[in-house]
Amino acid sequence: MTPRNRFRWRVMRVLALCRWLRGGTVRALRLGAAAASSAPPSQDSVTVEVLDHLERLALVDFRDAEGVERLREAVRFAERLREVNTEGIEPLDSVLEDRCLYLREDDVTEGNCTAELLKNAREKVEEYFVAPPGNIPLPELEERDTFLKGS
Amino acid sequence: MAARGCGGVWRRALQRGPGGSCSASRPRRAVACNARGGAVPVGQSGLAPWVPVVGLEIHAQITSNSKLFSGSQVQFAAPPNSLVSFFDASLPGTLPVLNRRCVEAAVMTGLALNCTINKKSLFDRKHYFYADLPAGYQITQQRVPIAVNGSLSYSLCIDNKMSQMVTKTVRIKQIQLEQDSGKSLHDDARSQTLVDLNRAGVGLMEVVMEPDMCCGEEAAAAVRELQLILQTLGSSQAIMAEGQLRVDANVSVHHPGEPYGVRTEVKNINSIRFLTKAVDYEIQRQIKELENGGTVVNETRAFDSKLGCTVPMRDKEGKQDYRFMPEPNLPPLILYDAKSLPANVNHQQVVNIDWIHERLPDLPSVKRAKLVELYGILPEHSFTLVNEDGLMEFFEDVVKRTQMKPKKVIGWILSDLLSHLKQHSLTANESPISSFLLADLLNLLENGDISSSAAKQVMAIKEGNKKVINKLIGLVRKATRGRANPLLVKQILEKKLSE
Repeated sequence: MTPRNRFRWRVMRVLALCRWLRGGTVRALRLGAAAASSAPPSQDSVTVEVLDHLERLALVDFRDAEGVERLREAVRFAERLREVNTEGIEPLDSVLEDRCLYLREDDVTEGNCTAELLKNAREKVEEYFVAPPGNIPLPELEERDTFLKGS
Repeated sequence: MAARGCGGVWRRALQRGPGGSCSASRPRRAVACNARGGAVPVGQSGLAPWVPVVGLEIHAQITSNSKLFSGSQVQFAAPPNSLVSFFDASLPGTLPVLNRRCVEAAVMTGLALNCTINKKSLFDRKHYFYADLPAGYQITQQRVPIAVNGSLSYSLCIDNKMSQMVTKTVRIKQIQLEQDSGKSLHDDARSQTLVDLNRAGVGLMEVVMEPDMCCGEEAAAAVRELQLILQTLGSSQAIMAEGQLRVDANVSVHHPGEPYGVRTEVKNINSIRFLTKAVDYEIQRQIKELENGGTVVNETRAFDSKLGCTVPMRDKEGKQDYRFMPEPNLPPLILYDAKSLPANVNHQQVVNIDWIHERLPDLPSVKRAKLVELYGILPEHSFTLVNEDGLMEFFEDVVKRTQMKPKKVIGWILSDLLSHLKQHSLTANESPISSFLLADLLNLLENGDISSSAAKQVMAIKEGNKKVINKLIGLVRKATRGRANPLLVKQILEKKLSE
């Protein structure tokens, strides 16, 4: 894996982290992040373009400066991994790597619960789920009502 | 039948259709491809030569009872959303559980395509939003797929007479296991999409072919051979019409010696015939565009079978960033061979590559070689026999039951019988003339009891040729000097003929 890819995956996990951060149960982590803030700031990587790109790809809403700052803190936190020399070491991408992947027999054991599944659907037509005619992409930054415009 | 190779030269279609975005004229012969593979560009009326490059991405639906990561059934045309488990609908709290049969199918296919099987392969998530992908991501194998670096050999006829065949090879970059998405039915009238998740989660093998092909006919021949291999293995029934085999073509053109041109992706190709048309059209379109001073945009285009052209697909939003990440819920997939097999292990939990290798059936190329060796028929004949569903078994049945030499039998099968089957879209198993009957007939012919033309007439009658039946009625009337009741005669004849 190239260093670039490694970084990308770390950011990926950091993003998952970011979403979790917004949940609010972050007291312990905040302390950790505060300790890490003594490290050099990485404002550079979290630009408006990156934030716009992320909002479009993941349909998250950074909402305000606090949301963006949380992402920055999380990235800073993850970047500390770079202090470790990982040359020649296989990246760990799953804590399950020494587990056995269970293989299932090819038997039909599920399904046939149309009514139950459709119970969750806001709109349905004759046992089909109803969706808009196509993807509705996020409008461009200029046309969006987002705090990102100001930054 | 084996496809015709590219024997001519790439020219722009000089006649254009009456307006519209598609040129209605049929392209002239495809690019000049030499027997060693790769295009041989030919200068044409002062225009610089073009080298087309064609690569294919093929998705084959795995033949299995249940889906790749869940226990819901795999079946074509079932009531909407009846074959959907909670996992397939991406309800919270569900997890993927890998189906062993799907792994075996992928290993079989990898071995048949001379691939290196990765003893350790990984699963990843490919993220994008679409109504028929409830999870918002597809589980696939982007980093380390199950099989890599294989090859597929296929044959083409160099000339129109099918007498000279050339063998070409296309490299297989990789084979990966991945989930299929659900189906979207677009209801433009009510401006909505209806989603059926029956197909969501069905196991797919994605076969990625390197861009070693240079025209539609090569692509078609390669896909046809792959289809035969998959059907022989049983890993996929590969019926394009039912969406069990989906082909996307990547097409670009460049001048010899220059770097590859910008490529476009062509989708919505629903048959092998359309594959040839779509690829050739796109090559021609790109050449036309570039020669007119335009550029080729890196886009996805759909093939319109009615108009015979490719059009840009509206729903694609530029270059997608799929944000690949490792699938956190699945550990690496470990495969074993005879050497690495652990001692005390539950056999149900283990996939042994060598065990699968030993049980591979005869691939089409082997079948053809055996036919040629055993029966002394021509290679092109062996191609037709293996190509047509059930025809090889039919031929061997007849040969068993008749004294006529196989080289003569093949003539009867490939000319009269096959053309009739084709006319009425029947397979050899549905033939009105059974192999027993044909064998009997050919025996009579061999022994001199009947003439060749009589035999042909009998075949025609059995095939339902009404004119010949009437002729027979006429003969009976003559023999009975007009005293036989014509209706009764017809009834008796029809009864006799249906036996």
